[in-house]
Amino acid sequence: MKKLVILGAGTAGTMMANKLRGALDREEWSITIVDQFKTHYYQPGFLFIPFGIYNSHDVIKPKSDFIPTGVNMIYSAIDRVEAESNKVHLEGGKILNYDYLIIATGTKTFPDETPGLQDKLWHKEIFDFYTIEGACALQRFFKGWEGGKLVMAITELPYKCPVAPLEFVFLADAYFTQIGIRDKVDISYVTPMPGAFTKPVATKMLSELLAEKNITVIPDFYIERVDNDSKKLISYDEREVEFDVLTVVPVNMGDEMIERSGLGDDMNFVPTDKETLQSKKHENIFVLGDASNIPTSKAGSVAHFAAEILFENLMSAIEGRPLHAKFDGHANCYIETGFGKGALIDFNYDTEPLPGTFPLPGLGPFGLLENTKINHYGKVMFRWIYWHILLKGKELPVEPLMTMAGKKKVN
Amino acid sequence: MAEKTLAGKTVEVNDEGYLLNRDDWDKDLAAEMAKEDGIELTDKHYEVLEYLREKEAAGESLTIRKVGKSGITDIKGLYQLFPGGPLKLSSKYAGIAKPASCV
Ligand SMILES: Cc1cc2nc3c(=O)[nH]c(=O)nc-3n(C[C@H](O)[C@H](O)[C@H](O)COP(=O)(O)OP(=O)(O)OC[C@H]3O[C@@H](n4cnc5c(N)ncnc54)[C@H](O)[C@@H]3O)c2cc1C
Repeated sequence: MKKLVILGAGTAGTMMANKLRGALDREEWSITIVDQFKTHYYQPGFLFIPFGIYNSHDVIKPKSDFIPTGVNMIYSAIDRVEAESNKVHLEGGKILNYDYLIIATGTKTFPDETPGLQDKLWHKEIFDFYTIEGACALQRFFKGWEGGKLVMAITELPYKCPVAPLEFVFLADAYFTQIGIRDKVDISYVTPMPGAFTKPVATKMLSELLAEKNITVIPDFYIERVDNDSKKLISYDEREVEFDVLTVVPVNMGDEMIERSGLGDDMNFVPTDKETLQSKKHENIFVLGDASNIPTSKAGSVAHFAAEILFENLMSAIEGRPLHAKFDGHANCYIETGFGKGALIDFNYDTEPLPGTFPLPGLGPFGLLENTKINHYGKVMFRWIYWHILLKGKELPVEPLMTMAGKKKVN
Repeated sequence: MAEKTLAGKTVEVNDEGYLLNRDDWDKDLAAEMAKEDGIELTDKHYEVLEYLREKEAAGESLTIRKVGKSGITDIKGLYQLFPGGPLKLSSKYAGIAKPASCV
């Protein structure tokens, strides 16, 4: 019996388990998937928790609901991969042998990488919303808050879902308006990037929206440390930003398991061929989702598009054929902008987000780089699609590779 | 896109002054580029530039954090060497493309 092992049963690993169980002969191939947790979190939902739009029960389901029969699910922490001998060591000493390995262990936040972040104000006046604990703590805090300086800060690149902190400030603007204290809340957005976003056309649209909503952008601010006593962010070039409440995207890195396995770069991301999704070091290892170092967004939508390419290439590898499918870095992100509206961006390695309609040229229904009600519904529907279509590895009526159809070129 | 003469050499640069062809680079050219921004390059600066060129040639993505872990200098030191925009400026003087952060 040949063995396929998947590390991580998050968005990417779960999708792959579903796709592969349908395709690989059960007499010939065993499929095993390993994760340390029994709960699957719908991470895009974390964004809505601080504002009471979702609660924790809206974003959790048992992982076992999504693992197909015929796949062996193991709940255990992974200690390390011994790639030279095709073995995975689990915590406690159990060893799994594999013929092919898919790494899908994602990325996580490391607040301890920034001095002063995880200190006496942590989850009291300094929060993250990239964990369920942080998002829920912030919801409790906002309920009793009467206003002051709210700072949203990004510590380091890359981080998953690059639009999430922008959505956070848009939703904060709407939330404080609705509860009647917007005039007492000063919102700023601190980023190490030169602007609200990196690609020029989207940056222009988003900057205008931020200005319209009276949100201050503080660009090129690379945080060195947080001073808990004076409640200030301090940058490496010694600039300061004061806060009353700080929401932060901590440093994102791959799991320590990647480092212990000697498989990662300096941020514990696995060097991966950006087209074939094969590990650069080992032919029988493929990497899907946030765990890889491919130069596109770390997002569920990217993992979904990439999964189709990885699937093709893994089947080719198994059959001894060349890896012909090539990923283009396709990302598709809904951006909540508050007050029941949203924007949408669609891009890849080479093409920046452009205006137009999606997915049907001229018809939409979604407007690219436009702030509309229907785009907001796209985001709302995304949760349903995530649980019922995406995780189960089913196809969406959207092509995995980006298309220029429906997009307008901008000079 | 434009042509520019630096240290006696005519090279192609983009509208932000970054070299279009990394093979046009040499140390004198780097010194002249830095001088335009009022920075005098020292051995430490050159060590950083060589490091960036090496990593870029290897196809690795460049971040301030990475240079800070290189052993040449820490992040604070990097800001002192290239005030204002450590990675933006150092990659320009290193003759490589401006590092695009992935979104
Ligand atoms: C606030 C927020 C908003 C977001 N919004 C969006 C959005 O609107 N649209 C979008 O497309 N994406 C969004 N994302 C991103 C999306 O959730 C992730 O990109 C996606 O979940 C990545 O999937 P993954 O499988 O690579 O990683 P994950 O889903 O994080 O799964 C990794 C799994 O590996 C397991 N694991 C890791 N290390 C070990 C170990 N050593 N032992 C055992 N198990 C291990 C973990 O327990 C986890 O279950 C958002 C994310 C956040 C945090």
